[in-house]
Amino acid sequence: MEPVVISGNAAIATGAIATAPKPIAMKFEGVSYAYGQVAVLDNATFHIHEGEFAVLLGPNGAGKTTILRLLLGLARPDSGRVLVLGANPRFARDSVGYVPQHTTYDPAFPITVEEVVRMGRLRGAVGRFRREHQEAIDQALELAGVSDLRARLYSALSGGQRRRVLVARALAGKPRFLVLDEPTANMDADSERGLYRALGDIKGTATILVVTHDTGYVSALTDTVLCVGEHRGRGRNVTRHAAAPTAEAPEGFFGGQALRVLHDTTVPDSACCGEKADGV
Amino acid sequence: MNGFIGALFDPAMPFVRNAVIAGLLSSVLFGVLGAIVTVKRIAGLAGAISHAVLGGIGLALFLSFKGIVPGLPPIAGALVFAVLAAVLIGIVSLKAKQREDTVINAIWAIGMSLGVLFIAKTPGYADPMSYLFGNILLVSGRDLVLLAVLDVVVLALAWLFYPQIEASAFDEEFAQTRGVPVVAVFLGILTVTALAIVLLQTFVGIVMVIAMLTLPAGTAGYTARSLAGMMVGGVLLSALFSLGGLATSWTLDLPAGAVVVVMSGAVFLGTAAARGLLQAVRKRHSAAGGTR
Repeated sequence: MEPVVISGNAAIATGAIATAPKPIAMKFEGVSYAYGQVAVLDNATFHIHEGEFAVLLGPNGAGKTTILRLLLGLARPDSGRVLVLGANPRFARDSVGYVPQHTTYDPAFPITVEEVVRMGRLRGAVGRFRREHQEAIDQALELAGVSDLRARLYSALSGGQRRRVLVARALAGKPRFLVLDEPTANMDADSERGLYRALGDIKGTATILVVTHDTGYVSALTDTVLCVGEHRGRGRNVTRHAAAPTAEAPEGFFGGQALRVLHDTTVPDSACCGEKADGV
Repeated sequence: MNGFIGALFDPAMPFVRNAVIAGLLSSVLFGVLGAIVTVKRIAGLAGAISHAVLGGIGLALFLSFKGIVPGLPPIAGALVFAVLAAVLIGIVSLKAKQREDTVINAIWAIGMSLGVLFIAKTPGYADPMSYLFGNILLVSGRDLVLLAVLDVVVLALAWLFYPQIEASAFDEEFAQTRGVPVVAVFLGILTVTALAIVLLQTFVGIVMVIAMLTLPAGTAGYTARSLAGMMVGGVLLSALFSLGGLATSWTLDLPAGAVVVVMSGAVFLGTAAARGLLQAVRKRHSAAGGTR
């Protein structure tokens, strides 16, 4: 499909018109990855800048989890390289906050909300919690809007509350880069609004990457849309697309305003660094 | 009961006092390791390790009897087999998820069968009963020292690495993103559990040790609000069951290990049933309130 011209709001929505580009927060350079014989990524190149709100989207099975694992340092690329905050992902862990789906949690695990959030202060193999961690934990609980739940058992919460507790856990580490995996899956509209309000507050202080299977719309907070692309036989690549405001989005999506993803556009990976979209 | 207390302080019967000390020392391991084994959901793996231990006991008895390694104590063989089984099971669990069940059951069965075969070829040790079901009255001073040492080691490790253990049991992937060496934590837990199983089998036997590693901690888990609370509750319950079981078995002339396990199991199931009932009643109440 021919790329289309991007202009106006859509261009702003993708960050295609940029002033001085900010430093790069995360970068995939020609990354290929395969599970045994099954190729998942083929020469994927994309990046996001510090302070941006980026969304990585693609249908189930497209390879989003693989990209997540690579950027969290849980897997290594077969070729190419991944940089997070300028370093190998394994060395950037202290600066990254991760909000997993955590669908397989054990409801019989005895643990309070505050103790779950405290895990976000963990650093490596040694080290116990100290009193000075408490301030960061209190702030994180506040920012995610779950302060009043701190003494409750994690298993006694609703799905939406649990998700916000996991956001607080990621924030407790004071991350420069926040990664959320399907944050609104199985969430009611109220919780979704609460979550996006929290993300709006965080935006600007940290780079945010939301991974989702919803390929139609993204939150109005979004600066950059990255789509896990077509399978090319040897794996998929990742393409930057534009997004534009729309009135058609289902009510309550992302707690209010949504952008429609323009899948028939292709924005060059370097667009945010000064270059314009294809066809401009 | 009076008879038991009398025997406890009777200088002519040191084995009763040893049994009580062993019960209390074991309770620390049952509670602390039991809570970890339960929340980490590795009771099945621990069960396989404990059964494979019989192979080591049989091998040590056989080697000692044949004069190949004179005077080799059964506990030495048990320790070797326990650690081997832990490493093997750990690797299988990490690397071969699809065949995990089959391989772990094979290790369980092969370990036990080897034990039976070695014991069959060792005259004088035709009865593996005391290893299978424990005989706490045979606990020696050396066993008590080893148990005390392991108690200290386990408490120190649990205190030192509590956040890492808790995080890797609660959400392994997240723990890994925080730099927690989850594989090392997992293999460490398995190895320490294997060592504990060897020392604990003198109390309840290799068949029932897994029951004591899950039931008291599981019962405590019903009301605990943290892993630490579950550990403390598990230790207290284990101590209660151990002392109660020893006194009962002494009074009624029953095997101590089995009495302790039956008590623990009855309290666990009773608590589970009571909670289920309570929840059903509450649900009915709130449903009735809702329709009013």
